Amino acid sequence: MNLNKSLVVVGGGPAGLAAAIAAKENGINDVIILERGSCLGGILNQCIHSGFGLHAFGEELTGPEYAGRYEEKAEKLKVDYLTDTMVLSVSHDKTVIAVSKEKGLLIIKAEAVVLATGCRERTRGAINIPGTRPAGVFTAGTAQYYINMIGNHVGKKAVILGSGDIGLIMARRLMLEGAKVEMVLELLPYSNGLGRNIAQCLEDFDIPLMLSHTVIGVSGKERLEGVTIAKVDDRLLPIPGTEQFIECDTLLLSVGLIPENEIATGAGVELSPITGGAVVNENLETNIEGVFACGNALHVHDLVDYVSDEAARAGKSAAAYLNGDKKESSQYKTIITKNGVRYCVPQKIGTLTPEIPLFFRVATPSQGSTILIYADGNVVYKKREAYLTPSEMQMVKLSDETCKKLNEAKEITVELNTK
Amino acid sequence: MKTNKNTIYDIAIIGAGVSGCMIAREMSMFDLNICVLDKAYDVSSGASKANSAIVHAGYDPIPGTLKSKLNARGAKLMKTAVKELEVEYKVLPSLVLAYDEEQMNTVLALKERADDNGVSVKTISREEVLTIEPMLNPDVVGALYADSAIVCPYGLTIAAAENAAKNGVEFKLGYEVSRIETHESLFIINDDIKTKYIINAAGVNSAEIASLIGDLSFSITPRRGEYMIYDKQNLCVNSVLFTVPTKLGKGVLITPSVSGNMLVGPNAQVVQSECDIQTTSEGQNFVFENAKRIIPSLTKRGIIREFAGIRATPSGDDFIIRFSEISSKFLHVAGIESPGLASSPAVAEYVLELLKNSGLRTIPKKSSTRYRKQIRKISEATAEEAAEMIAENPLYSHVICRCETISEAEIVEAIHRPIGARSVDAVKFRTRAGMGRCQGGFCSPKVAEILSRELNIPLSEVTQFGGNSKILCKKQ
Ligand SMILES: Cc1cc2nc3c(=O)[nH]c(=O)nc-3n(C[C@H](O)[C@H](O)[C@H](O)COP(=O)(O)OP(=O)(O)OC[C@H]3O[C@@H](n4cnc5c(N)ncnc54)[C@H](O)[C@@H]3O)c2cc1C
Ligand SMILES: Cc1cc2nc3c(=O)[nH]c(=O)nc-3n(C[C@H](O)[C@H](O)[C@H](O)COP(=O)(O)OP(=O)(O)OC[C@H]3O[C@@H](n4cnc5c(N)ncnc54)[C@H](O)[C@@H]3O)c2cc1C
Repeated sequence: MNLNKSLVVVGGGPAGLAAAIAAKENGINDVIILERGSCLGGILNQCIHSGFGLHAFGEELTGPEYAGRYEEKAEKLKVDYLTDTMVLSVSHDKTVIAVSKEKGLLIIKAEAVVLATGCRERTRGAINIPGTRPAGVFTAGTAQYYINMIGNHVGKKAVILGSGDIGLIMARRLMLEGAKVEMVLELLPYSNGLGRNIAQCLEDFDIPLMLSHTVIGVSGKERLEGVTIAKVDDRLLPIPGTEQFIECDTLLLSVGLIPENEIATGAGVELSPITGGAVVNENLETNIEGVFACGNALHVHDLVDYVSDEAARAGKSAAAYLNGDKKESSQYKTIITKNGVRYCVPQKIGTLTPEIPLFFRVATPSQGSTILIYADGNVVYKKREAYLTPSEMQMVKLSDETCKKLNEAKEITVELNTK
Repeated sequence: MKTNKNTIYDIAIIGAGVSGCMIAREMSMFDLNICVLDKAYDVSSGASKANSAIVHAGYDPIPGTLKSKLNARGAKLMKTAVKELEVEYKVLPSLVLAYDEEQMNTVLALKERADDNGVSVKTISREEVLTIEPMLNPDVVGALYADSAIVCPYGLTIAAAENAAKNGVEFKLGYEVSRIETHESLFIINDDIKTKYIINAAGVNSAEIASLIGDLSFSITPRRGEYMIYDKQNLCVNSVLFTVPTKLGKGVLITPSVSGNMLVGPNAQVVQSECDIQTTSEGQNFVFENAKRIIPSLTKRGIIREFAGIRATPSGDDFIIRFSEISSKFLHVAGIESPGLASSPAVAEYVLELLKNSGLRTIPKKSSTRYRKQIRKISEATAEEAAEMIAENPLYSHVICRCETISEAEIVEAIHRPIGARSVDAVKFRTRAGMGRCQGGFCSPKVAEILSRELNIPLSEVTQFGGNSKILCKKQ
């Protein structure tokens, strides 16, 4: 089937939903969301714990409830969507090819595209855990799918590697399912999870959190029989003599998320080697005109509230682009990040305005550091933070005056002063 | 062929690796009653699924050996076999790289050996090497160039098995041979299979199988080789890149795979147990450090999977393909280490010849075919073809594996073919679902659900690769 559309949104998770809604609210009627899953909502469908929406709605919702709010809104605005529809490619000229369970092969000529394809999990292969290759080794999200989406048990005795929020939440989930979680291991000397999750998911269940520890071996021929763990030194290498064998039938890996950008790459979108997502300007537009990116496909977020917010801006920018009232600012400046700042999104800016936040992450935890933004070497923004950690994305909104200074500058730098 | 307890097979083949399956296929062209036995739960579960996948040109083996004869012949026959069986195969150059004068001398010696083996190769200069492979370590001084190829090793094994099964060969999987009685004119395996001939193609276990009839004429040393696979995005070579061989083997190599990933490995480590296919941090580091000498800019970013395979290194250093001295109807196809994959079509041809010469009656079977169709892939279809495929079978439009774009239709077909997939890994090796960058993170639960539905078994019974490798556990 051949179609013409003003805007195609690839992915129907929270990012895709918010982007499509915003585009519709800004006058683009001819928008369609294409989602490969069998329903909208993305990864939120399997996050049945609460803790979503504190920022956006001021209340604690479960993942499906949070997604539901956006789905209702989309329904009300009559946003068009197709589920069980996988986008195979987006070309340079914005031809979208997809296969749909309902419609068969789709070839859509789009005027603009929003990429909201989410992320995938890092696997055992990517972090190179040696040993045998039995059943019983899961990424946390896969285990979450088995338990929450199809109501199955993954195992009886588990070890979890990775203390980010997903690892912590899965530790509690397994305990509630009647399994025993022996321990949660964390390679780094600190946890990347929220304090409240450590309290509610580990401490309340007496699950030990072992910092500076990792899994160095997997044993078992058919089903997992145990893992060998070890303490690591400050270069994160296992310390000989600290090995310990832990009997278990399940190993969950919660060792990082990677933005999904195969579609973006195919379209010729430039990717950042640091975030793994597209390089975008303040309108969340990629190097390909009319192609926008947002959500976890752009950079991995910790909170879905920020995803919705960012995606709404992408939808709005796409609408502006389609309505032809995009301000021409062909002169983009790359934001330089250094001294403890790992990345900043957007990576480049033409004309910054106060409603556009800068998102960034620090490289290591620190106390009492100051965030500094420079325009041509002069400090234009300065804020001391009691505590900064890589797991928490930082958001900075700038005043009218600061934006003006940055817009006039030739060089913009973001850094930390840790003194 | 209908078989029952009293069936007397003409041939029982022990081992459903590439050797056993290519032999089964060759023999299935004749009016014979054949079974293939393997202790694993799927075909191609041994060395045949974990190797470098190179169709060696045949310059390397010592001239005059069986290995040298079957390698060169096998590489030639492979071209036909992959067409008949629709197996992924790709022609590409192979380079043996020299980094100093001494290594260049080894390359020159290899060239001479190639001439003796009648395989055409040439030496090329540093500049020529760097034109073919710009990412290479610039310290390279020259290389041996050969026209070579890569093949999907488990694809070939599965295809041969499917073809044989279609022609009437019976496959008994999850069947471990542990006893063989020798009678006047027949063998009895494990008390239940009667057969006139036995072909011992049990890979790393072939010496053990030989010992079951009291044949201790050879031994096999298991030597493990570890690999890492890179994401398609990280493929940065156009040819098979070898370092010069040492006593320990062909050394670490870097090669594209037929699916466009990059394969790096193997090391060579003698192991105690023939089923010790674990990967180790030492092995992985060795492989990575050696690969970095070939491509200095290589990083660990982009690795999606590690694995290991076991070489069946024989006591005599050559393939052992001969009748046992204990029994004239017991044929060894043992010690088939590298280049056993490349040689496999010639091994099958040679086995046929030996069996014929031993007096086996070989009457061509009219209903047999040499052809097998592969599973059609939605990812390889043009827009028009895709539309047609979907119209015919709507399951083609339901993508299950996102990384490799594998549809539900392909997975269902893999389950219902001859020697159908019975586990998540069996689906993976037949369709590539789960072989991409997310390693089945998203699709393995869906594949498990499809297996459960199509085989009419509870989800909790679905396994990773058969036996006790259950993915889920029952609620307490
Ligand atoms: C396991 C897990 C637990 C989490 N827990 C919390 C929490 O407790 N609190 C919190 O605030 N946040 C949490 N998050 C984060 C939050 O859920 C995510 O930030 C948010 O879902 C990201 O939204 P997204 O739309 O960018 O991505 P997703 O929700 O992943 O949506 C992307 C969608 O795009 C679709 N898609 C991708 N490619 C294609 C294609 N080619 N064609 C068609 N469709 C495609 C996918 O199927 C998917 O539905 C969690 C995330 C994960 C992964
Ligand atoms: C690291 C490595 C790299 C290699 N690289 C290449 C290459 O690039 N090119 C090339 O041409 N060759 C290569 N090879 C060699 C090639 O992989 C082998 O020669 C070939 O796969 C051997 O096939 P096979 O069928 O003889 O053995 P296998 O594939 O090992 O099959 C033997 C089968 O016998 C079964 N079995 C064992 N014992 C019993 C029992 N008691 N009862 C029932 N069944 C039993 C096993 O389950 C197994 O399935 C490599 C090998 C390795 C290990």
